[in-house]
Amino acid sequence: MVSLNKLLATVLTAGLAVAGLSGIASAAEKLKVGFVYTGPVGDGGYTYQHELGRRALQSAMGDQVETSFVENVPEGPDAERAIERLARDGNKLIFTTSFGFMDPTLKVAKKYPGVKFEHATGYKRADNVSTYSARFYEGRYVIGQIAGKMTKSNTIGYIVSFPIPEVVSGINAFMLGAQSVNPNIKVKIVWVNSWYDPGKEADAAKVLISQGADIITQHTDSTAPLQVAQEKGVLGFGQSSDMVKFAPKAQITAITDNWGPYYIERTKAVLAGTWKSTDTWDGMAQNMVVLPPIANVPDDVKKMAEDTMAKIKAGTLKPFGGMITKQDGSMVHDLDDGAIAGMNWYVKGIDDKLPN
Amino acid sequence: MSPLVQVLLTIITASTPLLIAAIGELVTERSGVLNLGVEGMMVMGAVAGFGAAYETGSPLIGILASIAAGMAMSAIFALMTLKFVSNQVATGLALTLLGLGLSGLIGEPFVGQPGLKLARMSLPSMNNIPFVGQYIGPILFGQDVLVYLSIALTVTVSYVLFRTRTGLIIRAVGDSHNSAHALGVSVIGVRTVCVLFGGACSGLAGGYLSLAYTPQWIENMTAGRGWIALALVVFSSWQPYRLIIGAYLFGAVGVLGYVAQAVGFGIPSQFLSSLPYIVTVLALVIISKRTLSSRGQSPACLGQAFVPDR
Repeated sequence: MVSLNKLLATVLTAGLAVAGLSGIASAAEKLKVGFVYTGPVGDGGYTYQHELGRRALQSAMGDQVETSFVENVPEGPDAERAIERLARDGNKLIFTTSFGFMDPTLKVAKKYPGVKFEHATGYKRADNVSTYSARFYEGRYVIGQIAGKMTKSNTIGYIVSFPIPEVVSGINAFMLGAQSVNPNIKVKIVWVNSWYDPGKEADAAKVLISQGADIITQHTDSTAPLQVAQEKGVLGFGQSSDMVKFAPKAQITAITDNWGPYYIERTKAVLAGTWKSTDTWDGMAQNMVVLPPIANVPDDVKKMAEDTMAKIKAGTLKPFGGMITKQDGSMVHDLDDGAIAGMNWYVKGIDDKLPN
Repeated sequence: MSPLVQVLLTIITASTPLLIAAIGELVTERSGVLNLGVEGMMVMGAVAGFGAAYETGSPLIGILASIAAGMAMSAIFALMTLKFVSNQVATGLALTLLGLGLSGLIGEPFVGQPGLKLARMSLPSMNNIPFVGQYIGPILFGQDVLVYLSIALTVTVSYVLFRTRTGLIIRAVGDSHNSAHALGVSVIGVRTVCVLFGGACSGLAGGYLSLAYTPQWIENMTAGRGWIALALVVFSSWQPYRLIIGAYLFGAVGVLGYVAQAVGFGIPSQFLSSLPYIVTVLALVIISKRTLSSRGQSPACLGQAFVPDR
C-alpha cells in the first residue's frame, strides 16, 4: 500500500513538474507570427492596411505573440524564399497577403506541415493553408449609390488597375448601386495597368475630369486621383485607406480594409489549438470592409448611404442579388460566392470592353 | 477650360519630369559617363524635396533640397567611378538600388502626409483677353515655374554644348578622353562637374514629382521614370532639342491613351499602355536609320573608364 501511494505521489509530482515546466516554457516562448507583404509598408494603401492589422494584433496580444514582416516581396518564385525563411525562423502562423503568393504559399506549406498559413484573396487551400478575403464589392455598391445621387453630369470617372475578378466585381457593384438611384448614369473606365503609379493615376483622373466626369473613383492604390479631384473641385472616393487628409474637400468616403480583428481571431485560434483550414470572405457585417464617416454630401444622401450599409450588414440587401442584366443582354440572378469571386463580365450600361 | 486645354496641360505635367531628368543625363553622357542611377537619384530628390517642404513649409526650400539630394547621390557615383574607377554600369545600378531603399527609410515619417504643392503662375490680366485667355493663356502662362525652367534648361544646355568653349571641352572629354587629357584638360574634373549636374537635374525631376505633379511622398513613387529618361537620351541621339520632342511625345502618347479609353474608342488598354514604349522604339529605329550613315551618334568614350597615365 505504501509503495502504491509512493508511486502515485511520484507520478503526480512528475506530472506536475512537467506541467509546470511546459507552463514556463509557453510563457517564455511567444507564438511567432509572420507577415509577407507585396508592397512597401509605406504605400499608404493596401500593404499599409495589412501592416495596421499586424500592429493591431501585436498591441492586442503583446505578451503572447511576436510578429514580424517581410515587405516588398515580388509575386513569383522569390516569394517562396521569403515565406520559407519565415517558416524556418520559427513562425508558427504566416499571413501571405497578396494574390500572387498563392502557389508559393502552398509549396512552402507542404514542406512545413506544422506551420499554419493564411493566404489573402486566393482560392487554393490545404490542411494547413486557409484563405481569407474581404467583400470589397459591398462598399463599391454603397459608393456607387452615392455617386449616382451626387453626379450632375451623369458621368463618373473610374480608374482601374488590372482586369482581375475583384476589380471587375467592384465595377459591376458600383454600377448596380449607381443604377439603383440613377438610371441615366454613365461610367467612364480608364485602365492604367498598374496598382500603384501616382503620376499615371493623376493623369488618368485629369483626363476623366476633362471628359466631363464630376466624380472620380479608383481601384488603384495611391492618393493621387483624389488630390486631383480636390484641385479640380470634383468629388471622389478613397481606396484601401482613409485618404481624407489628402483631400478633405473631395473625399466622400473610402473603402478601407480592416484586417486587425481577423488577424487577432486567427492567432487566438492557433494559441487555443482550434485553428482549422477555412475560407473566410467577410464584408461590412463583420467590419472587415469599413467606410469612414461620409462627408461632403447633403444629409439625405448620407442617410441613404447609411441605410444601404445597414441593409447590407443585416443581409437584406445583396449587391448581386435579384435579376442582373449582363452587358451582352443575357440575364443572371442571385449570384453565389463562386460567381462573384470569378466574375469576368460587365453588367449592362457599362460601355467599356473588358480587356482579357 | 476646354477639354483640349486640360489634356494639353496634363501632357505638359507628365512630360516635364522626364525632360528635366533626361537633360541632366544627356550632359553626363556627353562627357563620356554613363550613369544608370537616374531612378535612384530621382527618388532621393523626391523624398528630400517632400521632406524639406513638409518640415519648413516652403516648396522653394523643398526644390533646393531635392537638387542637393540628387547631387549628393551623384557625388557618390562620381567618387566611385571617377576616383576609384569602378564599373559605371554596375555602380549606376547600385546607385538606383541604394536610392530606392534609402528613400524608403528616410521617407517613412512622411508617408500618409499631404504635401505642399508648388504654386502655378497666374497672370490674371491674360485671362480676360478672348481666345488667348481661354486657350493660349493657361498653356503658355499658367504653368508652374519648373515647366519653364525645363525648357530654359534645354535651350541653355544646347547653347553651352554647341556654342561655347566649355561645351567643346565637355564634348572633347566625352569623345576622346585621351586627346583631351593630352591637351591639358582635366578629364576627371570635367566629368565630375557633368555628373553632378546630372545628379542635380535628376534630383530636381524627383522634386517635381513630389512637389508639383503629385504632391505626396510614397515609396518608389518615381515608378520607372528614371529609366524612361535614360531611354530618352538615346532617343534624342544626344541632341538636347530632340529631348523635348521625345519627352513630350512620350507624355502625349501616354495621356492620349487615357483619352482614347475615356472617350471609348474600344482599343485594348494593354495596347494603349504599351504605346508610348512602342512609339519610342519606332522613333528610335527611324532616327538611327537616318543618322547611321552620317556618323556614330553616341559619345565615343561613353562608359569608358579614364585613368590618367601620366
